[in-house]
Amino acid sequence: MADFEVPVLREYPIIPKLKEGTMAHSSPFVAKPIIQEPLGFPGELLDNWKEVAIEKMGELCGKYRSLQVYLDSCVKCGACTDKCHYYLGTTDPKNMPVARQDLLRKVYRRYFTFAGKYFPKLVGAADLTEEVLDDWYSYFHQCSQCRRCSVFCPYGIDTAEISMAAREIMDAVGKGQKYCNEIIGKVYKIGNNLGLPEPALRDTLEGIEEDVEDDTGVKVRYPLDVKGADVLLVTPSADFFAEPHVDGLIGYGKVFHEAGISWTFSSKASEAANFGMFIGSYENMRRVSMRIREAALELGVKRIVFGECGHAWRVAYSFLNTLAGPFDFLDPRYPVPQHICEVTNGLIKEGKLKFDKSLNDDMKLTFHDSCNVARASRMGDKPGGQFVIPREIIKSCCNYFYDMPADTIHESTYCCGGGGGLLTDDLMELRVKGAMPRMQALKTVVEEHGVTNLVAICAICKSQFAKTLPYYGFDMNSIVSLHQLVSNAIILSDAPKDDDENDDDGDDA
Amino acid sequence: MSLVTGLYVVLFYAATVLLVVGLAFRIKKYASTPAPLKIPTTPAPTTQSGVVLRLFREVVFFESLFKSNKWIWLFGYLFHFGMLLVLLRHLRYFTDPVWTWVALMQPFGKYASFAMLAGLLGLWARRFLVDRVRYISAPSDHLMLALLVGIAITGMGMTFVAHTDIVMVKAFFLGLMRFSPQPLPTDLLLLAHLGMVVALMIVFPISKLLHAPGVFFSPSRNQVDNPREKRHLAPWAARLESGEQR
Ligand code: HEM
Ligand code: HEM
Ligand code: SF4
Ligand code: SF4
Repeated sequence: MADFEVPVLREYPIIPKLKEGTMAHSSPFVAKPIIQEPLGFPGELLDNWKEVAIEKMGELCGKYRSLQVYLDSCVKCGACTDKCHYYLGTTDPKNMPVARQDLLRKVYRRYFTFAGKYFPKLVGAADLTEEVLDDWYSYFHQCSQCRRCSVFCPYGIDTAEISMAAREIMDAVGKGQKYCNEIIGKVYKIGNNLGLPEPALRDTLEGIEEDVEDDTGVKVRYPLDVKGADVLLVTPSADFFAEPHVDGLIGYGKVFHEAGISWTFSSKASEAANFGMFIGSYENMRRVSMRIREAALELGVKRIVFGECGHAWRVAYSFLNTLAGPFDFLDPRYPVPQHICEVTNGLIKEGKLKFDKSLNDDMKLTFHDSCNVARASRMGDKPGGQFVIPREIIKSCCNYFYDMPADTIHESTYCCGGGGGLLTDDLMELRVKGAMPRMQALKTVVEEHGVTNLVAICAICKSQFAKTLPYYGFDMNSIVSLHQLVSNAIILSDAPKDDDENDDDGDDA
Repeated sequence: MSLVTGLYVVLFYAATVLLVVGLAFRIKKYASTPAPLKIPTTPAPTTQSGVVLRLFREVVFFESLFKSNKWIWLFGYLFHFGMLLVLLRHLRYFTDPVWTWVALMQPFGKYASFAMLAGLLGLWARRFLVDRVRYISAPSDHLMLALLVGIAITGMGMTFVAHTDIVMVKAFFLGLMRFSPQPLPTDLLLLAHLGMVVALMIVFPISKLLHAPGVFFSPSRNQVDNPREKRHLAPWAARLESGEQR
């Protein structure tokens, strides 16, 4: 199936011995000028790229305390070396978080520190050369910015911050990544990552309404651009048609329908994803975020809710207020923004949603904590709510739920292998290898509990798993959306009651 | 004043100035560089007092390191807290009269040197034995450990093998503090010990020893998790927003 070696899943996970250079050949397609320029980046590698890169590095150190402190503080203790799924899956030492940081740090030391200027060999400082730039391009696109290393570093050094800075420097010298930058361009031009224009979106939603009605006998609405709706739902565009994403979107609609909440999508902000974060560009991240503010104002909504997406939730939860706030024009009784899981779980707790759990009895489930939800944001009002709330929802609508091993979930969760702007076919080898630790953990619960399905609340995770599960001998359809489970089991009170009564739906009110 | 005494007087004054000015400069840089986005590694505290507690656990227990790797934690902990006790014991050279608690903890400080040395040797062994740590080690990482091992061994040599004239040492340092230099004993162990201490002081603000102030400024550890409740805006981002030139 593959022209590379797929890692083997073992009886127990191990820390592999390092093998130098195994992933040196992996790098994504470089963006063409036509993709670079709309984002405000040079089209091609500048002639004076070295000077520009060094200058940009200095500028970023002055703008981001994280970068400055992290570049200085690492003691090379090695605690993070076995924490990255890309290291575990590829055994390439440059995929150890500290070694990845060092690719940037060695240049920082050379040009910005006393020791690096006068004793470069001693402190491992190095000149910025073409080879170094190639290494940057390769290995800073082998980091999914998942922050797992940051959890385990004694100073919280977050390699994601370093990767973002490195990508920003590369954009500034004209060496951008095609996948991310092309997508950001589409958002500016059309409104979403997939380039779905308004008529196509309307069509798709009408189709979904018909399908749901055929299926349930209930006219559940999937509205677009409805002025005066209470809730603006912003969701990753994959939700509009890809499997299993769309089954989750159907679930959102049923939840709002059953709870009697008026809501709408926006054709202007028809995308929750914000790839500006992946390329570390505050300006682009802000520009992408502003569409949501504008859509909320134009539609006159009272609340903003985000659908199932990991990095989008990070940008929404942690950054939106900063980038596009203040949101004082929205209803102050609700946090801005809210996660769809917060909404659904809140309604379940209020007793407004009822489920027939047996409708999910064909599945035994486990839950994949998405990195950006787990380690870069929160749900609910208590720390760790991001772990509790999705699991509570699953348990409200399913009978069979089993967690994967403790060191692979919650804050220690392993990335799906496709986050951080790496979900592109030109990085397939990396994605498959990076999925290994998650697959290893999945294998454990498959063997112990007969788990059949993996639940996720992130569009990137879902797409990535649909692609990579088969490499490890699992069914590509075993990845499901969380709101797909909700959708399967929810009892719509206005459904025509043709045959037998609903049986007991549990005591989860 | 002998040549040796004169040399050490100059070295200590110079090293102190470099250490204090260098650190102050660095800390000022960390403090004045904005963190434009909320990036605490979650789950994170939702209150300022929660953050204080989180940092306390990081500094006092090396909490994240404990989660991460028990060997590094063990060696790192032995080293740092051994060193802390040793340094507290050293306060007797700089205080007159010696504070009671410093006097009382003398035996602990004395034997803590074994913990410190054991920790350092354990950490150093990892740099040779664990392939991942070997890969990330630069010569300076070995040198730093060598320097600290050197300081520990010469110090322990004086404590347990060949005593130096403690009274004279104390007079020398009190003299330095009062700007009236006194003679320093000239046994080699002491001169080596102090020479290496000077080196440590000089490299502190220009090396990875910046992790000590750094841990307090790490946004992933020191930020409150409240982005939805409170708008966080860096000055340069505010300027960007209002359309001004950066
Ligand atoms: C706020 C105070 C400090 C904290 C919280 C702290 C914490 C840590 C931690 C967690 C490590 C990584 C684990 C290890 O290798 O031990 C470390 C390493 C290290 N620390 Fe500190 N430290 C502090 C102060 C100092 C000071 C004052 C020194 C200097 C004399 C120092 C010297 C070192 C060295 C040399 C290493 C690297 C050890 C190696 O090579 O593996 N630390 N520190
Ligand atoms: C100006 C600073 C310092 C002075 C004047 C100094 C002086 C001394 C003296 C005189 C002793 C012998 C004690 C005895 O005979 O009982 C000693 C021991 C020792 N020193 Fe230092 N020292 C200094 C800094 C340091 C530093 C920064 C470290 C560690 C990083 C260190 C580590 C040790 C150790 C481990 C011992 C042996 C255990 C003990 O007696 O506490 N010293 N030092
Ligand atoms: S855990 Fe942190 S300090 Fe230790 S090597 Fe990794 S990045 Fe550096
Ligand atoms: S952020 Fe994630 S992908 Fe990047 S180095 Fe750290 S653990 Fe690896």
